[in-house]
Amino acid sequence: MNSATNSGRALPWALVTPALGWTLLFFVLPFLAMALSSLTAHDGGGFTLSNYSQFFNNPAYWQAMVNSLQVTAIVTLISVLLAYPFAWILAEQVPARWQRLALMLAVLPFWTSYVVRSYSWLLVLAQNGVINRALTGSGLFAEPVQLANTRLATIIGFVHFFVMLLTLTIFANLKQLSPSYRKAAADLGAGPVRTFLHVVLPLTMPGIMVGAFLTFVLCIGDYITPQILGGNNELLMPQLVMMQIGRRGDFPLASALSIILMAVVTIAYLACARWLKIERA
Amino acid sequence: MRSSTVAKAIRILSGLYAIAIYGFIFLPVVVLVLFSLQATSFPIPPFTGPSLRWYDAVLADTRLTSALVNSLLVAAISSAVAVTLGFLSAWGFARFVLPGSGLLRGLITLPLTVSYLIIGMGLLVLFNWAGVPKSLLAAGIGHVVINLPLCFAIIYSQMGDHQINIERAARDLGAPEWKVLLLITVPVMAPAIFAGFFLSMTFSWDEFVISFLLTRFDTTLPVEIWNLLRSGLNPKTNAVGSLVFAVSIVLVVMFELMLLRRKPA
Repeated sequence: MNSATNSGRALPWALVTPALGWTLLFFVLPFLAMALSSLTAHDGGGFTLSNYSQFFNNPAYWQAMVNSLQVTAIVTLISVLLAYPFAWILAEQVPARWQRLALMLAVLPFWTSYVVRSYSWLLVLAQNGVINRALTGSGLFAEPVQLANTRLATIIGFVHFFVMLLTLTIFANLKQLSPSYRKAAADLGAGPVRTFLHVVLPLTMPGIMVGAFLTFVLCIGDYITPQILGGNNELLMPQLVMMQIGRRGDFPLASALSIILMAVVTIAYLACARWLKIERA
Repeated sequence: MRSSTVAKAIRILSGLYAIAIYGFIFLPVVVLVLFSLQATSFPIPPFTGPSLRWYDAVLADTRLTSALVNSLLVAAISSAVAVTLGFLSAWGFARFVLPGSGLLRGLITLPLTVSYLIIGMGLLVLFNWAGVPKSLLAAGIGHVVINLPLCFAIIYSQMGDHQINIERAARDLGAPEWKVLLLITVPVMAPAIFAGFFLSMTFSWDEFVISFLLTRFDTTLPVEIWNLLRSGLNPKTNAVGSLVFAVSIVLVVMFELMLLRRKPA
């Protein structure tokens, strides 16, 4: 009896312990190490808050956070506005048998290497790239336009990625919508525009919010796109973090900046938590 | 009459809009692949190809080819570990009542909410303190951290009641737990297990920042491509980028086929 309950308890724990252990050892513990590191001075020595006070006192660090928040807000807004109509077209206007293919095609570059994707935009936007050749070649502009190494380039690279991500999430959302809602609206005399504005849009709002939040989180934490496309003219937070590690080996300051970045994401999450109802499948 | 005109207008506008977005999505990919196929030393217009010169150059570059092998190895091994741990824990949580189950499941999925940069930073600080050298193994450990929650979530969400009944039948017929696991649960859950594995493969294959922080001499392909970027626009980067794109597509198509097999259209 006793041994039976023991083995009955041992098995489930044996199943879940490896995953829990891995998470504790290589996710929770590193995070604690990082938190601890952020409270020590770079040149050795004991406990200090100077890494955090540096962020609040140094205008260049502040500016990186402001840049990050601005770019992320612009990217999230543009991506949602571009992706929603596209997802709607795929879900409502494309014949059912072609939908899977149309969607797969639409998000194919989403799956390629992040580094390669940003580099590809550099090819398009560079001084002697495709767009500038087209502009000068057609006689519209006498001189090439500075497109690469600007905030605009960073935003274009990000929007490209997140339009695909949001198309996926919004498409899934639109397909989950029961057609009977639309039928009911039509039966009650609503035209396609009113049905969309009063029925479809409000019902897909939670999905949009989840997608927008995901965009926010991934965008504000990304190092590759701003580094390749934006260059070093204006720094975003992840670039600032990497700079502390790369140039100066200053792990404590890099840790403090990472934790501040994480705190901002957490605050954003708490601020829109009531709209973010992620349902269990 | 009026509503059919509206529908027609919507249809035409939709078509134009879809073409514009598809154009935007594929523009960089087309440019990448197109200018990988010319022999000149700059991947810029006008197009003068086709030529496979830069593909030969990539295949002759041992740094790139060994990075490619490293990437495949790290992706395959870390995904296998992630899917194994994810599957075992999903089974444990779905089949047994454990104290604090909700909290523990939350803990396993927690890394999904944290950016790769911060996961990589944390591991860098920890390994630095513990004296663990930078290596492919260190990067692989990081890849398991990011893919384990994904595998767990996919497999856990697919463990339904009818599978419980099949397992119960096997147990009633006298099968020990390990036999139930290997002969019933794994085959029944195979589509979700494969989905988790291939998704992990694609994420690990593309992952940059963790590998960048945690490897030094032997590194993965995205980091090696990053190193190539220092030389600016370079047709070799186009060629290797196109190859990476091809591998990703193969992985995604395999993933799609798995999904199609799970729910026949």
